[in-house]
Amino acid sequence: MIGLAQTGLQSAAALALMPFQPPAASSIAGDVDQLYYLLSAITIFFSVLIFSIIFYFMVKYRRRSEDEIPPETHTSMALELTWTIIPSLICVVLFVWASALYVRESRPPANATEIFVIGKQWMWHLQHPEGPREINELHVPVNVPVKITMTSQDVIHDFYVPAFRVKKDALPGRYTSLWFDPTEIGTYHLFCAQYCGTDHGEMIGWIYVMSAKDYAAWLAGGEKTESMAQQGERLFTQYGCIECHVAGGGGRAPSLAGLYGQPEKLASGETRVVDEALIRQAILVPNSVHVPNYQPIMPTYQGQLNEEQILDLIAYVKSLGSQERNGK
Amino acid sequence: MSTATADIHHDPVESNVNYLNSSYGIKSWLLTVDHKRIGLMYLAVITFMFLIGGVAATLMRLNLVEPQGALVEPETYNKLFSTHGIIMVFFFLVPSIPATLGNFLIPIMIGARDVAFPKLNLMSWYIFVTGCIFAMIAIISGGVDTGWTFYPPYSSLYSHTPVVIMALGIFIAGFSSILTGLNFVVTIHKMRAPGMTWFRLPLFIWALYATSLIFILGTPVIAITIFLLGLERLFHVGIFDPAIGGDPLLFQHLFWFYSHPAVYIMILPSMGVISELITAFSRKKIFGYSFVAFSSLAIAVISFVVWGHHMFVTGQSVYAGLVFSVLSFIVAIPSAIKVFNWTATLYKGSISYQAPMLYALGFIGLFTIGGLTGLFLASLATDVHLNGTYFVVAHFHYIMVGGALMGYLGGIHFWWPKITGRMYPDIWARVAAAIVFIGFNLTFFPQFVVGYLGMPRRYAVYSTEFQFLNIMSSAGASVLAVGYAIPLVYLIWSMRYGPPAGRNPWGAKGLEWTTQSPPPTENFDVPPIVTEDAYNYAYAEAPHV
Amino acid sequence: MSEMAAHDAHAAHPPGFAHQFEDAGQQKDAGTLGMWAFLVTEILFFGGMFTSYIIYRSLHLPGFIIGSHLLLVKFGATNTAVLICSSLTMALAIRSAQTGKSKSTIIWWLVLTMILGAAFLALKFTFEWHADYVEHTVPGAFFGFENRPEWGPNAPYVQMFMCFYFFMTGLHALHMVVGLGILTVLVIMTARGKFSSEYYTPLEISGLYWHFVDIVWIFLFPLLYLIGGRYPGS
Repeated sequence: MIGLAQTGLQSAAALALMPFQPPAASSIAGDVDQLYYLLSAITIFFSVLIFSIIFYFMVKYRRRSEDEIPPETHTSMALELTWTIIPSLICVVLFVWASALYVRESRPPANATEIFVIGKQWMWHLQHPEGPREINELHVPVNVPVKITMTSQDVIHDFYVPAFRVKKDALPGRYTSLWFDPTEIGTYHLFCAQYCGTDHGEMIGWIYVMSAKDYAAWLAGGEKTESMAQQGERLFTQYGCIECHVAGGGGRAPSLAGLYGQPEKLASGETRVVDEALIRQAILVPNSVHVPNYQPIMPTYQGQLNEEQILDLIAYVKSLGSQERNGK
Repeated sequence: MSTATADIHHDPVESNVNYLNSSYGIKSWLLTVDHKRIGLMYLAVITFMFLIGGVAATLMRLNLVEPQGALVEPETYNKLFSTHGIIMVFFFLVPSIPATLGNFLIPIMIGARDVAFPKLNLMSWYIFVTGCIFAMIAIISGGVDTGWTFYPPYSSLYSHTPVVIMALGIFIAGFSSILTGLNFVVTIHKMRAPGMTWFRLPLFIWALYATSLIFILGTPVIAITIFLLGLERLFHVGIFDPAIGGDPLLFQHLFWFYSHPAVYIMILPSMGVISELITAFSRKKIFGYSFVAFSSLAIAVISFVVWGHHMFVTGQSVYAGLVFSVLSFIVAIPSAIKVFNWTATLYKGSISYQAPMLYALGFIGLFTIGGLTGLFLASLATDVHLNGTYFVVAHFHYIMVGGALMGYLGGIHFWWPKITGRMYPDIWARVAAAIVFIGFNLTFFPQFVVGYLGMPRRYAVYSTEFQFLNIMSSAGASVLAVGYAIPLVYLIWSMRYGPPAGRNPWGAKGLEWTTQSPPPTENFDVPPIVTEDAYNYAYAEAPHV
Repeated sequence: MSEMAAHDAHAAHPPGFAHQFEDAGQQKDAGTLGMWAFLVTEILFFGGMFTSYIIYRSLHLPGFIIGSHLLLVKFGATNTAVLICSSLTMALAIRSAQTGKSKSTIIWWLVLTMILGAAFLALKFTFEWHADYVEHTVPGAFFGFENRPEWGPNAPYVQMFMCFYFFMTGLHALHMVVGLGILTVLVIMTARGKFSSEYYTPLEISGLYWHFVDIVWIFLFPLLYLIGGRYPGS
């Protein structure tokens, strides 16, 4: 009996001390939590309201004799309108609040550091543009926004950091992105949140948010690796891209200097912005995005380059600057 | 003959022949075209499938008491949650009320002799059984591990499990749904008794009509989607494979185009049952009849345009997110209207607490919580955090189990005397209802908490800080299991030893309570003519002042 | 007393009457509504594939044009004409029943419909699908990528187009085969004298089904065979 009481007390203590939310460690986590509190308050309010009214009616109007006859039911348009309009208004408020927050969440700040992520069964591969590569871990400095651009090498995965309240699917064959601004130093869970096979539950890791000093030390302390752009430059030569895409123009293919981020008119007539997705498409299905005045002779690199190498090449093209091109 | 006032004291002289004993032998059942017998045959099959799905759930919850898995390897756990979802959705909840209570009651409630196409009805049962057989074959061959959602590329290219066999089972069972829905729509349109106008129909009929619309319009889409997935898996042709030009998100759009309305297939009939139970056990006309009726239709229609809320984090455009979010809020309103109308029906009623009423009241409370937690998921910013976590699992179990299943059990208990002619011991039934209510909340409420804390769903192993809540949930599940086992015992007992029920043991209104218990094969001794509204309970005149 | 009444009632019922109904009018209404409801489900069923086809076609038009040009328009067009004629003969069969013509007239029109339907299938299988098989344009392991360098980067989308071609026309052909089965049953029922100018509902609702299958083809033909233009100046 005493043992049972002890376990009971321990459980109660655990329950009382247990947090109801994960650490709020990003710039939007507090806002998401506030919305959550509002939603919880609405839920509790209406649940308690309905439960208590039902309980009250259950007691007050319990059948006291088999022959009793209740009064007539009079439908009331006023009541119907009230309990249609009030919930609708509440929904409008919730929708506007949640959507505004969501739209804010969908726009990364311009100065965000870019991190590239490849998800594959069953691990996360994270790449800093300066070079370091991490498996299932990400070190970032506090208060510096980070934009994660990711893809999957096989099935659909999902990058989820509960402490930051952010989540996005990583899809094979395309890039998706999310951003966060870590505001608290600490260590936070990274989970895969889209079922991806046997070890879906093991596809987890840690995000380390460090002070600026500690982060600089970590960055310097690792083994010296080339930056993604440097790797990309090497691949650009190794795979022969440089032979056609001559810097300064004049080659069989357009120069890529200053191209990133610019709108480009394609031979099909449509105009597209040169972003990660377009460069990836150009590498894998080249003649779907060729430009006027050049022959569609680029060979495809499907099967020759893996996702990491494509991201390196994209980083290289980005490094060629995105200033205005002049008349080329 | 107008529907007589419920007379629970003096039954007319009863004939001894009813649909159960009018013919004997296995052939008379397997070749029957009587909607009542077909309803019972469905009841037997789906109860079996429920047990299979329940065993899977039991093993899952046992495994989850330890963070590293207490019982099975991750591979097996993945097969367990997939089997649980597939069986419970496609082979239990979707057919549950429509195929059992719907088949049994619709013709009687509208005053007809049978459904419009009785032979098609029997064929639908055989089709359903065939689908179940394929599903069982898939389970016996090891089970699939794709989740009930079958997302490619995992399900088309990576899973080494009998996906095609299971997909075939679902495909075939889908046709059973389509034909049942078709049968119900035509029956309700064309075979109502004289005087049974649309607005005199019981709300159970309105609910099943709305459900049948979804059966007809939604199920073919999942059929073709599963068909395309099967072809993709067999022939690797690239419809959903990005490496050869396909789009895995196309599958998700097609899948959810059915599967979201499907959840309304699962809840609308239950809501219909609740309308019947609340009125019968408070002996009052429903508050706001046309509001409840039109809400059922509105839910069915709007349910077709909200599917994108399952895909808020797939990288779809912000605008798509906004549109699906606003529509998802809109679809919540008719359900809220119903909850308020049911509650108002109780006002100044004459309320009794037999088991069906306990289930109905439990439904209203739990559905309210489940529905409100849906708002967390319709809200874009919170959905980003909650999608793919246990919060979603808790939300839909509140609706499916706290809602749909409670409604189903309430309906079974309410109409059991009509179906079998026997009463079951109400004390045991009330105890079971209470145990189900308590066990349910213990199982699923902790999952809301652990979900917001960040525990993802479909995890065979999980981070240690979530263990306490998981143990609580598993403990609750064992209580819930007891609550489900008890009715099996006393309901079967009652079929042999229960006291005869008489025509109208509850004193309820409705054509089904005017005929014998069990009803004769042709349902009525004399075809009814309807002259009064639904739920036309005797009421006291307002006192003259 | 009630037995007599039941017997009289039974004698008054027309042939083919099903007892769950109150009268023949209700039965006919129910049957017709049932068939229309079924056709709605068929629209949704084909609709899933049409939707997927439309999405991929708008994303990958060049590959789809190449794929479309692999198809034999002559046979597609002939088949369209064959099906439209078969709908005419089906309508004439129903009309014959409606106007009380002899059994053999009705059967003649039904059989003609079946011949046209079978001709459709024969043309499709012998000339189109067989040709695709021989030329390695059937999607899957033996798809002839190697001997088609001119397809370039569009090659995967050509295969995808052929997938949709085979899935959609295959599903349609399956419905045709079911239709032929239904027609066979109707021929047998007519021969046994089940129909008259008062009762020909099975003919009428089967006609609805046959016309629906025809209409699906009328959508399939231009969508699959005619995209991208084939003639100078288009």
